[in-house]
Amino acid sequence: MMRDGRIVIVGASLAGLRAAEHLRDAGFVGSLTLVGDEAHEPYDRPPLSKQVLLGQVLPEHTALPRTREIDAEWRLGIAAAGLDRDRRRVQLVDGSEIEYDRLLIATGVRSRPWPNEAEAALEGVCVLRTRDDTARLGRLLARRPSRVLIIGAGFTGSEIASACRERGFAVTVAERGAAPLVGALGGVVGDVAAQLQREHGVDLRCGVMVTSLEGDAGGRLRRAHLSDGSALDADIAVVALGAVRNTRWLEGSGLAAGPRGVACDAGCRAFDVHGIVTDDVFAAGDVARTPHPLFGYQFLSLEHWGNAVAQAEIAAHNMISADSRRRPHLWTPSFWSAQFGVNIKSVGAPTMGEEIVVTQGSLADHRFAAAYGYQGRVIAAVGFDHGKWMGGYRRLIEQAAPFPPELPGRRGERPVPARFPDPALPSHGPTVTLTGHSPSEKRVVFTPARA
Amino acid sequence: MSSTSPVQRIADQAARPDPYPVYAELRRSPVIRDESGVHLVTTYWEIHDLLQDSRISSDARNLAPGANPLLAEEGEATLPPSFIRLDPPEHDRLRRLAMRPFGPPHSPRRIHDMHGELTAIVTDLLDGLAGRERFDVVDDFAYPLPVAVICRLLGVPTEDEPRFRVMVDGVVAGLNPAQPVEERRAAQHSRFELGQYLAELIEEHRRHPGEDMLSAWVTDEGPEGRMSLVEMVTNAVLLLIAGHETTVNLIANGVLTLLRHPDQLRRLREDPSTAPQLVEELLRYEPPVQFLPQRTTLTDLDVAGTVIPKGAPVWLLLASGNRDPRRFTDPDTFDPAREDNQHLGFGFGIHACFGAPLARLETQVALTELVSRLADPQLPEDPPPYRPSPVLRGPRHLEITGRLVA
Repeated sequence: MMRDGRIVIVGASLAGLRAAEHLRDAGFVGSLTLVGDEAHEPYDRPPLSKQVLLGQVLPEHTALPRTREIDAEWRLGIAAAGLDRDRRRVQLVDGSEIEYDRLLIATGVRSRPWPNEAEAALEGVCVLRTRDDTARLGRLLARRPSRVLIIGAGFTGSEIASACRERGFAVTVAERGAAPLVGALGGVVGDVAAQLQREHGVDLRCGVMVTSLEGDAGGRLRRAHLSDGSALDADIAVVALGAVRNTRWLEGSGLAAGPRGVACDAGCRAFDVHGIVTDDVFAAGDVARTPHPLFGYQFLSLEHWGNAVAQAEIAAHNMISADSRRRPHLWTPSFWSAQFGVNIKSVGAPTMGEEIVVTQGSLADHRFAAAYGYQGRVIAAVGFDHGKWMGGYRRLIEQAAPFPPELPGRRGERPVPARFPDPALPSHGPTVTLTGHSPSEKRVVFTPARA
Repeated sequence: MSSTSPVQRIADQAARPDPYPVYAELRRSPVIRDESGVHLVTTYWEIHDLLQDSRISSDARNLAPGANPLLAEEGEATLPPSFIRLDPPEHDRLRRLAMRPFGPPHSPRRIHDMHGELTAIVTDLLDGLAGRERFDVVDDFAYPLPVAVICRLLGVPTEDEPRFRVMVDGVVAGLNPAQPVEERRAAQHSRFELGQYLAELIEEHRRHPGEDMLSAWVTDEGPEGRMSLVEMVTNAVLLLIAGHETTVNLIANGVLTLLRHPDQLRRLREDPSTAPQLVEELLRYEPPVQFLPQRTTLTDLDVAGTVIPKGAPVWLLLASGNRDPRRFTDPDTFDPAREDNQHLGFGFGIHACFGAPLARLETQVALTELVSRLADPQLPEDPPPYRPSPVLRGPRHLEITGRLVA
């Protein structure tokens, strides 16, 4: 076991902090440096789009609880700019460098910005990812907007819509897909989410895109134009178009890092661009992509709170352990959300689901559990106000239980197509090209993609 | 001994003071089929998984006919089953409605805010014992406390408490699964009587609402409406039983355990902030609810390689799971400093104990106050006499000597 030496963790949020704590728990006594691009100490993100927006919690009261002292050097408010793997140095934007023996990449994701920079700069246009973002949105909401436009109805967008409705604001949600949450949970569940939004007074518009944002003479947002030709007056537009992984600083490092994250083995060791595993660079949290045996060894990158915690522990353990003591990260994906008075919880990989069957409760009541099937086995489940059952479904997924699952007491529910959007249209360009002809000269060239 | 069936061995009164060696033997197999048809699940992870498996039911109506000879005759129904004996969605609605005035999300501070009141009740009880050199922890302390608390919470007038105790005693006596049919009938009669009393009380609160839970149930209109009168009575009966007999046992087991571990008693006296962790360990080490005898498989269910057939009665041996060495290191050691103490003392999943926050707080306050005022406590009789129930297990009496200081 490596007890001494220098460990650098780039990314000072949930995964970075928990990894640092775990390193110390495990007996690492060497030097530990945490680099974070935000000026704040690690804080918790789930409340930002829920309790904080509702005014129940102040943004500055979201600091993550510490499980122990970590005795680390903190480099906060300064981003990493590059990685020199030959010299084992992390370069920071201020030009300084930090040497490491082991590096943990935990840089997470950032909000996908509004593509038109001039429009994104209008006052009233914002994203929600960081504590500062939330504080900014909170100040905008404090002026009692006449209408809030939310662009994108994934989990973040839907949670913001819920909080804004709860505070009594007029809300329009514009979603490119056929329903809210459709990308994560499919169309069957998406339809329930759509009903929920409409029942709570959201002006939900699906199958449309916001094509442009228009400001007034003072640079304040006043109107949005939609792809169906309509226009909408709004003083706030929250851009909730998903996230981009923070890997740009790794360009040129030779790691298999791109817009989808840093590819690693199940032990959190990063791959280089040739697919060869490194032994001194690790990744954890939202930025990592790891193969999961349960899901056909597909590389999963998960923006899940629980994943960040579990993966950070595995990465920390493996960073200081000998080969034979290393552990795989075999966490079964799970996430939760709270919106419109409903607690949504999911386990497994719903997006792999071909079919879905309601196993408990009913869609009409918005209280149900449903299982997703993939090639005859249970691959995922989702619960609306059925969170306490999800552990049971997790076991079914882990045991590759047959689909539809043998759950009695159901009257005639049959599996139906889960209706995920057609994945045929790629959302990312190619990120690598192959060069060379003979085996000895065959190489991969990394091509930064347009995210 | 080997000719005796597992259920008989658990039910045997001789095993009551220390059932753990029996559990340890039974744990050699995660699932045991008793000759009565009952399947006992003995190991931590198997119990843990079954507690959140929708293929196992809490509803007695799913029991295959004749599957459980121990429940040969239910007798005429007096009250409909409470949510503890129901599955979703009926369970969910009733539990949610019952929970509204009790805990999160609608009343998150209800229990927290009772801290002062609880301390006052405990202090009063101890003041009443001041000067005594010998008393019965059960009758003089552990019993009156939860009765007073649950009565306060539900809105039972103080003058009715003695009457109430008689009825509740009768109902609790019926929880022993290995009990003769006549006693079961007597218990049902008590349940009926208690139900009638509560129906009258609820009517009274409808006319003159107070701050209590029964008043909230009859006046508070939530998005799902209200419970019917019968549902309120059923739920109130459930909370009365679940809300006090268990706590009596938890406190009595706690005092007994502390007297057997004087170093831990001293530690609590010197540092009351250790009380929460101590109570958690107590719930693992001596849980008042030893097992859940009322589950039924809804389908053939493979548990650790054994198939439990559809419609079979299943006992989940929580107390055995709590001592499973594959889950807890040194499981037979009482160690309040234990980390990662995810015991099964309150169950788990949708039927996880509704009153857990109250039970925790009551026991923390009771044990802390007692040890802070009790000098040189001794245990004249160890083990003490136990109650007959193997399900809700605890001493019937617990005589201790010592000086209670003012």
